[in-house]
Amino acid sequence: MSSAEIESYKGIAVKSRPALTLFFASTPVSVLIYLLIVGLIMYSAYTGAQSMGYNWQWYQLPKYLYAFTDDGFQFGELMFGLGHTINISVVSFLLAFLLGLLVALLRLSGLLIGSAVAIGFLEFVRNIPLLVLVYLFYYVLGPIFKFDRYTASILVLAVYHSALISEIFRAGINAVAKGQWEGAKSIGMTTSQTYRYIILPQSIRFMLPPMTGEVVHMVKSSAIVSVIAVAELTTVGQNIISDTYLSFEIWFTIAALYFVVTVILSIGVSYIEKRYAVVT
Amino acid sequence: MSQEQPIIKFQNVDKFYGTFQALSDVSIEVKPSERMVICGPSGSGKSTLIRCINGLESHSTGKLVVDGVEVFEGSKEIIKLRQNIGMVFQQFNLFPHLTVLENLTIGPIKVRKIAKQEAEVIARKYLDRVHIPEQADKLPAELSGGQQQRVAIARSLCMESRIMLFDEPTSALDPEMINEVLDVMVELADTGMTMVCVTHEMGFARKVADTMVFMDEGKIIEVAAPDKFFSNPESQRCKEFLEQILEH
Repeated sequence: MSSAEIESYKGIAVKSRPALTLFFASTPVSVLIYLLIVGLIMYSAYTGAQSMGYNWQWYQLPKYLYAFTDDGFQFGELMFGLGHTINISVVSFLLAFLLGLLVALLRLSGLLIGSAVAIGFLEFVRNIPLLVLVYLFYYVLGPIFKFDRYTASILVLAVYHSALISEIFRAGINAVAKGQWEGAKSIGMTTSQTYRYIILPQSIRFMLPPMTGEVVHMVKSSAIVSVIAVAELTTVGQNIISDTYLSFEIWFTIAALYFVVTVILSIGVSYIEKRYAVVT
Repeated sequence: MSQEQPIIKFQNVDKFYGTFQALSDVSIEVKPSERMVICGPSGSGKSTLIRCINGLESHSTGKLVVDGVEVFEGSKEIIKLRQNIGMVFQQFNLFPHLTVLENLTIGPIKVRKIAKQEAEVIARKYLDRVHIPEQADKLPAELSGGQQQRVAIARSLCMESRIMLFDEPTSALDPEMINEVLDVMVELADTGMTMVCVTHEMGFARKVADTMVFMDEGKIIEVAAPDKFFSNPESQRCKEFLEQILEH
């Protein structure tokens, strides 16, 4: 039945949507508009670069990504940088995850000292810029506890993100119905058994979406440790640029590399989310 | 005679939420195998009373002894004690991420440390008892309310409890499912289990109760055998309440 045939209950034809709205809402037109906007942005970037006399050298780029030498396929500098970024992100995230869980449990423990410590930690971390934390860990804590820039970068990212992750844990745990605690207690479970078998498995589905955001955030904020010259993607890019002046090509490529990693992460997690979906 | 020793004993128990007094000087005893039904208007403290028994709420003053163990806030023994006390809630409180069978076996396996296979044998036995053996592999959300409540009863039975507490077990159910749950409870009452039940199902109460208790404003107003309780209650307040709920 086409829209023109629909009549309201009084027998008056229902007005169809204005033709202009229908035109802009149709898929081909939307795609066309989208391509037009993207094209405009790319074009203005290109002409902008032309007008400042930028010498595009995309052909230089592949050797920083990969190379075929006598030994066969080799990764280029940028890929090693990306490897370090992933390495730092993964290790920091694991640490942040454990520390975050600990802080969240302290906060929820109901012990006065526990929640005081947790809140103190949270407020400290959340109210200091990440950049300042990086300097604090590298220039102050580094010499005191004798750790290198790599350790400093991992620790600072872990501490910073553990504060955010602990809030995700707390929200996820609180989102599980109170009755679950009572059900578990009534069959004689201890607090730790209740967390392990009843509460945490159910809170996973509440925590996954914000936790994905946090992983993506972690990968992105790992770029900040370039200020203490840890050899991750951003630092490697800066080094290449200072050698070759390929700033446009390299920065575009670095942005694309971060983008690819975070998109892959998001897709992976949405798959896990479907697995943990629970009907209540 | 040891048989006459109360299994649950409240002595002058008070309970405050801030300044609100939920229980006021409650003294009552439940003997082994006794079936007690508690009724009263909402906010009268019946749920608080029953939840004190297994320490889900802790009383403020007075003394509460359950199965030879004193219950008080922060007691370590209460966790052990809860293994012997089953509790059925108004909202079922089944674990939605576990199948029916897992809901029944998780207590025996993790708390009582029974082998998985043995726990499953016990679980299937009690699923039979509540007449839903065929639902073992479903998730709670796939069952009707009445079936969920029967699973909850079976879950408590799987802990081989000696005391069963029912906190308005039929209040959240569709009317046509109430009877299937009450039937199971009547069958349970016939096995000699100690039962404390908060409910407004007076037909059920008449059928199984040894003792009727009426509460109002945190106080126990009337304790009587069902015959006397329904025909000739002593207090005016109780009489009014019964008239209200038995009117229809």
